[in-house]
Amino acid sequence: MVGDWVSVRARPGPVVSYNAMTELLARIAQRTDPAAFHELYQSYGPRVKVYLVRRGVDAATAEDLAQETLLTVWRRAALFSSAKGSASTWIFTIARNLWIDRLRKEVPWQELPAAHAAETSPEPLPDEAVAESEVQLRVRAALAELPVEQQRVIELAYLEGLSHGEIAARLGLPLGTVKSRVRIAYQRLRAAVEDLK
Amino acid sequence: MTITHHLGADTLISFAAGTLSGALSAVAAAHIALCPHCRAELVWCERIGAALLEGLPTPPPATVEAAVRAVPQPAAPNPARLGGNAFNPILRLARDDFADVAWRRIGVGLWHRPLPLQGQGSLQLIKAAPGASVPEHGHGGGELTLILRGAMSDATGRYVSGDVADLDQDIEHTPVADAGAGCVCAIANEVPTRFRGLLARLLQPWHGL
Repeated sequence: MVGDWVSVRARPGPVVSYNAMTELLARIAQRTDPAAFHELYQSYGPRVKVYLVRRGVDAATAEDLAQETLLTVWRRAALFSSAKGSASTWIFTIARNLWIDRLRKEVPWQELPAAHAAETSPEPLPDEAVAESEVQLRVRAALAELPVEQQRVIELAYLEGLSHGEIAARLGLPLGTVKSRVRIAYQRLRAAVEDLK
Repeated sequence: MTITHHLGADTLISFAAGTLSGALSAVAAAHIALCPHCRAELVWCERIGAALLEGLPTPPPATVEAAVRAVPQPAAPNPARLGGNAFNPILRLARDDFADVAWRRIGVGLWHRPLPLQGQGSLQLIKAAPGASVPEHGHGGGELTLILRGAMSDATGRYVSGDVADLDQDIEHTPVADAGAGCVCAIANEVPTRFRGLLARLLQPWHGL
């Protein structure tokens, strides 16, 4: 069922426009604009659900957490700062944290930093918002250009939620090889955007 | 505080992806709370997650419409819940020079305090008097050591307050606390630590290292 939903009926999502998403968040923050939320939900709700399903969350819980993620966005839109990261980065961290919170509810030592939200956000300058959108585009392009074996370990970590040890077992590789692929992939991604920052 | 020892890229990626096991991610979070460098690197790791999220397919619109209809009316934003890094639980233990920590002596100039943890791994505070050493040990899995007070040295370098030692499982080491100030650190192990030597074998059964 889940497989059908993801692979057969799903289609590639439309390309995310960073400035448009930042604008939507601003409309939600300033005017609690339901139309803006509707648009944001259409773009991210399904992706967050697919992300969670890929991580092994059952469909009902994934639906639930995707809603919770977008509701958190709705409630905290005023705290979003495009100077600190794109809407996608913010939403990704919220979804990930909600899932970890659910998994590890009882662990008192786990306090995940809320990437953007910890400090009060100053008004982003327009050029900062543009720069962040370009950063995010570059990261996407650089991901697509990674050698396949490096893409694979990155995807297994983020999308399937596997630890390095589990990736090693899945691919039949030594743990050290997995770790070095992750490190090299990270270096390449960072190098691809180095001139921007 | 000048931090020179940071989390490795593979550890940061695991942390960003949410796949680092409980004990390790607790110590990683405490270091990240202290370290602007690793905070910035973590944002990069999260951008990778965001890029992958954007690349995912979207299901048919009908599902979305239903979900949007189910959205309740907005509540007021609640920034008070976003405590952020000042409230990191491990760092909080360090206040008033660890006054709230009930230390247990485990050797000459060596104390520890296990921290309760669900799931994999072990998490504890270790206090070492100046010059004291933690018995030589190797790791069955990853280990993260965050220095909270003082400093320690081992074959991989000198670590001061705020530094994190992000060691692979193939490394064996004998950390020694600074002659001046001694050392307090938080240690996370993915799997229980294997100690070498007689003292270690005597200690291991009851202090749970």
